Amino acid sequence: MKEFALIFRLKDISDFRPTPEQMQERMNWLAGIASQNMLVDKGNTLLPFAGSAKHVQADHSITDGAYTEIKEFISGYIVIKADNIDQAVEIAKANPIFKQVGGSIEVREVLQRD
Amino acid sequence: MTAVLCRHFGLQHVEIAEDIASDTFLKASEHWAIHGIPQNPTAWLYTVAKNKTKDYFKRLALFETKVTNEQSVDIQQEIDFDLDSQLISDSQLAMIFAVCNPANPDEAQICLALQILCGFSIEEIASAFLAKPETIKKRLQRARTNLRKDDFQIKSLSESEITQRLDTVLKTLYLLFNEGYFSKSNNQLIRKDLCSEAMRLTLLLTEHAETDQPQVSALLALMCFQSSRLDARMDDKGEAILFDEQDKSLWDTSLIERGNYYLVNACIGNSISKYHLEAGIAYWHTTPTDQDKWEHILKLYNQLILIEYSPVTALNRTFAYAQVFGYPKAICEAEKLNLVDNNYYHELLGFLYTETDTDKAIAHYTEAIELSKSKIGKRTLLKKIEQLRKTP
Repeated sequence: MKEFALIFRLKDISDFRPTPEQMQERMNWLAGIASQNMLVDKGNTLLPFAGSAKHVQADHSITDGAYTEIKEFISGYIVIKADNIDQAVEIAKANPIFKQVGGSIEVREVLQRD
Repeated sequence: MTAVLCRHFGLQHVEIAEDIASDTFLKASEHWAIHGIPQNPTAWLYTVAKNKTKDYFKRLALFETKVTNEQSVDIQQEIDFDLDSQLISDSQLAMIFAVCNPANPDEAQICLALQILCGFSIEEIASAFLAKPETIKKRLQRARTNLRKDDFQIKSLSESEITQRLDTVLKTLYLLFNEGYFSKSNNQLIRKDLCSEAMRLTLLLTEHAETDQPQVSALLALMCFQSSRLDARMDDKGEAILFDEQDKSLWDTSLIERGNYYLVNACIGNSISKYHLEAGIAYWHTTPTDQDKWEHILKLYNQLILIEYSPVTALNRTFAYAQVFGYPKAICEAEKLNLVDNNYYHELLGFLYTETDTDKAIAHYTEAIELSKSKIGKRTLLKKIEQLRKTP
């Protein structure tokens, strides 16, 4: 079994507040992964709002958030375990977020240290 | 009584304490049969136990003087048992914490709890587990050796000991209850005994300020809700009655009310334990027909599976999912679980396929029968297959 981080990105800050129904669908998806004993870490949701998001540059200049120049912003992540990256991708595809508001999910294998 | 004596002897000598306790009861049965029951039976028992303990120490002292030839063994050890119920109850509490030792595997802990805390004989434990007395005896011996090695002081519990061990204690009581509720034995009496013992010990925890914590109340609420259905879930031949077919008038409403009371008590503070979630699920099962009942249950199972994975939780969650989203979607969700060695997995799929694909339903039920270890379970499944064959 390998571990994969699923990194969620949204297009618009207004998409960040899901309705209770959308939230419930997302929970069902997450619990479905846990039911298959494939959830390693339920991760976190990352607040994108001004005052909750800062971006520090190499020259120590600081901007609010990071979302003015790039189109998508990271909204959260989870870590799952799967046999291979294809299986992890299949799980990501089933996320209800695509039909709810769009956005994207980046699937990244976690480096295992001995 | 063993608990009070152990407080005096230390856990290393639990056997001596047990011997003295059982000697005392033996003497009581002889004496009471002839002279009638004394006015204060408890005081009588403790006086006898006290004397027996003095005798024991005298003999020990004598023995040691003879063997080691030392003169100065203090024979007049101060033996002072208080008879007040506070001490008895404190000793029992301390004993629960001593017995629920994480050094022992789950099954051994339940056996130990049954023997030391509930006074079950080896034969009774064996019949509850459907095991040979010899097996149980060996299991208990190993567990006792582990306890002795640990040298847990049962004099008084410190706050840190309570926080460290409370989880283990609750888990043992939870397993003890489940052993009764989902027992392999179809002897209804044994099952009820196990459940009520688990409840008695959990109740004891809620009665002490140090251990009366939200998750303890949550566990007790869960036990109340579950046992309210004990009479309804089995017929007089020991056959299991499924939830939907249960006679709801047999549900014990006073236990349901007690459950509600403890569930409210459990809702102090911010922590949500798995017992909170399971009690919440059990609560919804006791309500007759709320439109959103299954949605609430599914939400709770979602949270539960995120706290702790177990195949049972995964399967129960899928059942709730089926009630909310319909069977075809649930089949998809169920097959992902891929628990092919689990008889309940096949039972669930058999159930979900019943309306749409009789052949698949029968195939899954057959697989479930092969994997099941419970005779009653097998019979119930066979009936279902027969019914499926009858319907065209």
